[in-house]
Amino acid sequence: MEQKEEKVVFERPDALLPVVTNFCPGCTHGIVHRLVAETIDELGIEGKTVGVTPVGCSVMGYNFFGCDMVEAAHGRAPAVATGIKRVNPDNIVFAYQGDGDLASIGTAETVHAATRGENITIIFINNAIYGMTGGQMAPTSLPHQVTQTSPYGRDTASAGYPVRICEMLSTLDGPAYLERVTVDTPANVRKAKKAIKKAFQNQVDGVGYSLIEVVSTCPTNWGMTPQESFTWMRENMLPYYPLGVYRDVLAEGHESVAAAAAERAKDSKIVAEGGAA
Amino acid sequence: MSEKVLMKGNEVLAESAMRAGCKYFFGYPITPQTELSAYMSKHMPKIGGTFLQAESEVAAINMVYGAAAAGARVMTSSSSPGISLKSEGVSYIAGADLPAVIINVMRGGPGLGSIQPSQSDYWQATKALGHGDFQMVVYAPSTVQEMADYVAKAFDVADEYRTPVMILLDGLLGQMMEPVELPEPKADIPDKPWACTGTKGERAHNVVNSLYLDADLLDQTNRERYERYDKIKAAEQISEEYLCDDADIVVVAFGAAARIARNAVNAAREQGIKAGLFRPITLWPFPVDALEKTVAHARGYLTVEMKMGQMVDDVRLVVAGRAPVVFYGRTGGVIPTPAEVLDAIVAFDQKVGE
Ligand SMILES: Cc1ncc(C[n+]2csc(CCOP(=O)(O)OP(=O)(O)O)c2C)c(N)n1
Ligand code: SF4
Ligand SMILES: [Mg+2]
Repeated sequence: MEQKEEKVVFERPDALLPVVTNFCPGCTHGIVHRLVAETIDELGIEGKTVGVTPVGCSVMGYNFFGCDMVEAAHGRAPAVATGIKRVNPDNIVFAYQGDGDLASIGTAETVHAATRGENITIIFINNAIYGMTGGQMAPTSLPHQVTQTSPYGRDTASAGYPVRICEMLSTLDGPAYLERVTVDTPANVRKAKKAIKKAFQNQVDGVGYSLIEVVSTCPTNWGMTPQESFTWMRENMLPYYPLGVYRDVLAEGHESVAAAAAERAKDSKIVAEGGAA
Repeated sequence: MSEKVLMKGNEVLAESAMRAGCKYFFGYPITPQTELSAYMSKHMPKIGGTFLQAESEVAAINMVYGAAAAGARVMTSSSSPGISLKSEGVSYIAGADLPAVIINVMRGGPGLGSIQPSQSDYWQATKALGHGDFQMVVYAPSTVQEMADYVAKAFDVADEYRTPVMILLDGLLGQMMEPVELPEPKADIPDKPWACTGTKGERAHNVVNSLYLDADLLDQTNRERYERYDKIKAAEQISEEYLCDDADIVVVAFGAAARIARNAVNAAREQGIKAGLFRPITLWPFPVDALEKTVAHARGYLTVEMKMGQMVDDVRLVVAGRAPVVFYGRTGGVIPTPAEVLDAIVAFDQKVGE
């Protein structure tokens, strides 16, 4: 009889523990968890990685990732990650945050970790809603988007406009790499993986602060099937949150974040002269 | 033994922390703890440590949380309004069983209050700095030497019991200059096998967390933490008794208020009033055992405070109706004078003597 050769073509990444996640079926959190875990495996960094998961649907990341894990208060993950990284700069420290977390209650922590140029990696799940608490309006909810707390649609006259995080952070000198991706098709998943891997590689190489925004869905609180959710996301979110690279200091031809920042402010005397001797 | 140097209280807190092995400091500017942060910013780089001025007290305490999770000796300092902002982080630190040292150089409150010395964060420190069932150890030094000593002790106690520890003082002590013998630099800092430093592929992952969706598990975790609190209560009470052995009137005061009360007690003794001073040094755990010993002979208790009598309840819990407990104090940054306190002692002595 002919011997058939069996080949493993797909398996759970090592960096994910063999447990069932708490995510709803069709939720993009699960896909992004996998991409982060594959990256950790491929870079061979699980043993020195510390993850930070704050309040939100991903708060229980400590049950899913096999690396050391720290749970953080709502919005505070960048500050917590800063503390961890400052103590052990050889650790690879990532924070995995939702949009309510990163772009509302934790905006100050987000902006200041970015502007300090902390050498950390941020994975930002923008699903235009507060998932965990049952579908309230998020800072990223679109104009006219119906949520539990914008039942007539987000009224910009009273609730204002959504926050575009990559665009906002790209005005700062601190970030090394900012890219917005999504995970609705195999091609986009591959692009997202590439971006996430680069965001971790940057940290390994000491390039600096990297944030990947993943335009995501929340089928449960959007009240749609996973496929309808992706359609809604493509029709409504992607025009508002265009995919692409918003900052990449190395690709822009700079030697480093510091060199790019100095270049931008070269007419300032104190910057040019390097301060007190 | 190192020789004595003349230093300002706030700077001693910083220097003593660094000698205790604290290499990480996260803070946000506020009066009247200013000199502490400035000293840290100047000296931390020299020992290869980190001074980071955070974007807010909220961020600072969460950086403390992260650094403590990573196994470091870490400290933050602030004053009353800033401590309120830290309360969220302190609750998480307690809930995740992390060691950390927090300095509160109190000023008058509530609200923006004043920048003058006060003790009005007593309840916040001893009862509920943040949500949930937790406590933290609180030291109230009364001299610059005690600031040096109790900061050093705070780091050891925080590590031993895996708990936040607060040094609670007021702006008067922070600004005061006194000769001080600084503690010897600490060489042996305890191992923290629970810290999140990377598994190195050699152990199961460590988790620092305060979330328990299973109510029974949270109940059990809280009960275990309270068993640890019982150990702290049994082993860590500290107080100083001055002329308390035969005292009719026991004045109870801590921190700067205790320095004033001590003068008033001496003056009362000169007038023939048998007054004594009971000075809690740990505000939590409150030194109930030592205070209990005074109840046999004391005819009354007078708390002298730079706040509206917040400590009266703790004294009454010990005295339990066996003698009257009254309060004298000033608030808002007004420091009571020894003469005022003496008047209060004399008046109280006449009342309990009736
Ligand atoms: C201080 C504080 N405020 C509010 C909450 C309640 N809360 C829990 S999760 C959440 C929203 C999370 O939304 P997001 O960050 O967008 O994450 P998602 O669940 O959508 O992934 C809120 C408001 C909290 N835990 N802590
Ligand atoms: S509530 Fe939404 S974001 Fe949360 S797990 Fe379910 S689908 Fe995902
Ligand atoms: Mg969300």
